Amino acid sequence: MVSQLRKYLKVFDIGLQNTFVYRWNFFLRSLFNLVPLAGTVFIWSAMFKDRTDIGTYTLHSMIFYFVLTILVDNLVTPTEDEWQIAADIRDGQINSFLTKPLNYLGYRISLFLSYRLLYMVVTIVPIAIVMFYFRSYITLPAHAITWLFTAVSLAMAGFIQFFIAYSLAMLAFWILEISTIVFILYSFEYFLNGHLFPLDIMPARFQTVLNWLPFTYELFFPIQIYLEKIHGAKLYTGLEIQACWFLLTLGIARAMWHKGVRHYQAVGG
Amino acid sequence: MNRYLQIYWIMMRNSLIREMSFKANFILWMFVELLWFVGQIVFIQVMFSYVNTIGDWSKWEVVLLVGTHQLIGQIFQAFFYVNIANLPELVRTGKLDFMLLLPVDSQFAVSTRQFGMDNIVNALVGVGIVIFALVKLSVVPGVAQILLYLVAIALGVAIHYSIMFFLATISFWIVRAQGLIYGYFNLFNIARYPDVVFGGWFKLVFSWIIPVIIVANVPARILMRSLEQPSLLLLQLGAASIFVVTASRIFWRSALKRYSSASS
Repeated sequence: MVSQLRKYLKVFDIGLQNTFVYRWNFFLRSLFNLVPLAGTVFIWSAMFKDRTDIGTYTLHSMIFYFVLTILVDNLVTPTEDEWQIAADIRDGQINSFLTKPLNYLGYRISLFLSYRLLYMVVTIVPIAIVMFYFRSYITLPAHAITWLFTAVSLAMAGFIQFFIAYSLAMLAFWILEISTIVFILYSFEYFLNGHLFPLDIMPARFQTVLNWLPFTYELFFPIQIYLEKIHGAKLYTGLEIQACWFLLTLGIARAMWHKGVRHYQAVGG
Repeated sequence: MNRYLQIYWIMMRNSLIREMSFKANFILWMFVELLWFVGQIVFIQVMFSYVNTIGDWSKWEVVLLVGTHQLIGQIFQAFFYVNIANLPELVRTGKLDFMLLLPVDSQFAVSTRQFGMDNIVNALVGVGIVIFALVKLSVVPGVAQILLYLVAIALGVAIHYSIMFFLATISFWIVRAQGLIYGYFNLFNIARYPDVVFGGWFKLVFSWIIPVIIVANVPARILMRSLEQPSLLLLQLGAASIFVVTASRIFWRSALKRYSSASS
């Protein structure tokens, strides 16, 4: 067990070293993210001009919501993983994994975690600037237990996104170009996971549907927990649905790999 | 000039033939773009379920703005996007050498190889939305207004092009610069908001130096608000596009000077 873990820790370490070439990439990404954030602040300020609240939000809590989306994004959203996995498959890089006592999913998870760590380190300056600029908008949870729930939900949010990305990348076993499908996923995620606006300002019947989709649990749900907008039974039901999506996407990711490898014909090498 | 047109025509025909051999992909891409567009309309719908105006912009005025933004963005993407997005990879692998050896202007060579037919279809969707919004606003623009609108659209495409080209050129200094391409979408993310919501130095910078705010706002205003001063708006847009086109050209030239190929 320990040696198993050490194996993946090594991958984590290699991942850190390799992705160091992406440091500029990560930095620029987070820097350019500030422009839409500014746009969001401007448009919502205009929306709140003649009113004090929209749904359950005030201008301050709305802006804080969007700051949190950026933070969560940096913490748990995969950035390059799906492209790399697809490239691994297309170029025959996975040949070496088929013969090694190393689980490809485990390998990829280690890399994913190391990317996230590096991403956070590289983007800490822009994030710190944002946090400092909006410091008067920041609210902390009233109950200590909220931190725990948020952390659990965040971890699941990250893995749900990762497993979905991983499963889609597995399509590279069957088709050459996966970018269209990845972009279709991106669009659904962007509009349905709470990036564009908090989902609870939508009409109630949409929310009922969204509560059953995985997208809500990628971003919106953990933020809701942190903001203490859901409590008690609702919180537990939400966590249960999220856990179901976590297990389901994990299962799909594994199944896709097994099916894909069986279909695979190690071209070249 | 004539020669460039001829070359361009051949390249366009080639990429059309290529695209038609991947029909499924072509249709899927159209679907992706349509999805984004529908999402934006939903966003407007949700916003205007809470307020009647944003600044002094009504709902259908904002829809017209988003339609115009779509139109400009899609025309740009049809002609230039894929080519410029490939530039960092050309630099990284050293394939840029082949482009530089061609007996045409280097900027022309790297900007115009592929053409996206699906984007033209999506640009037409933008036109449809603009017309629909005009009907809802019961505004009938005059011939002069429509002509000025078209000029403004062309200037807008030039601004899109120059800003993205500028970003891609940074890849001469930074390898693995996909983040720069991502930056294009982030910058133009704010182009679909009414200009009145912005203020302070932010508005100044993004109206004049990186003129993304005025790209869609100026044509939209020209088309639907005949009482405003269209010539003044157009003048600003013209000045801004001359500025960014020149800046990106100079930047490209200086980047080429320090290029020392990755191969051999």
